[in-house]
Amino acid sequence: MITLQHYLLVSAALFSLGILGVLTRKNAVNVLMGIELILNSANLNLVAFSRYSSKGIDGQMFAIFVIVVAAAEVAVALAIVLTMYRLLKTVNLDQADVLKR
Amino acid sequence: MNVSDMIFLVVACVVVGSAAGVVLSRSLIYSGFSLLFTFFGVAILYVLLGADFLAATQVLIYVGGILVLLLFGVMLTHRLYNLNLKTETFQLLPGMLISFAVFVSLALVATQTRWHLAENKVVAPTTNQIGTAFMTDYLLPFEIASILLLVALIGAAMLVRRRTDA
Repeated sequence: MITLQHYLLVSAALFSLGILGVLTRKNAVNVLMGIELILNSANLNLVAFSRYSSKGIDGQMFAIFVIVVAAAEVAVALAIVLTMYRLLKTVNLDQADVLKR
Repeated sequence: MNVSDMIFLVVACVVVGSAAGVVLSRSLIYSGFSLLFTFFGVAILYVLLGADFLAATQVLIYVGGILVLLLFGVMLTHRLYNLNLKTETFQLLPGMLISFAVFVSLALVATQTRWHLAENKVVAPTTNQIGTAFMTDYLLPFEIASILLLVALIGAAMLVRRRTDA
């Protein structure tokens, strides 16, 4: 029998894998992929709680707004990555250290 | 164990496995295509949770929009003759420790908490309810979200514009 806890465990695994991607990848696009994993795990939690709680569909509404914000975020983030590539000729985050020098 | 439980187990394994592929794969292109399987798997989980509209939205926006945009980002930031789309990692050990600690704490919270669950909730198609909620309770967030999308698109276009007047 699949219960709420199973979905929460899948979501926790997705979240921690996203954290791992954000922390360890050098490529900025790959870090964005990690952020998308984190947002997806949050959405999965919201929908699972919406399914198993006695409230209505508020969780699903929140998930829709999260998807909207994720679309806006990835558009702006890719614009920033492309600008960074044009200025620095790299998208590796460890080489973007102009402010440090 | 009935059919939907088996579907859940298979899809959960696909989701977690392909998410691990996104994070651990050496090649950016493989990461992107692993992300495709993760997004589709999450959409199937939404179907299993009775969120039909959200599953369709997930496929349309994540697979059709965000993933294509990310692959564009991969292609535009590497020279095409340079097929060596490798990506490196750094701080692998501390990152793994932190993410494992996060997973353990989240899993403990998920399994130890006594959630207030609804008894025998009826799962109905949600599109009608979502449309009604958008036009009543969530009208202001809906409008703000549309303005946010407009502002984000204008900002993205302005960021990547070539400045000829400078």
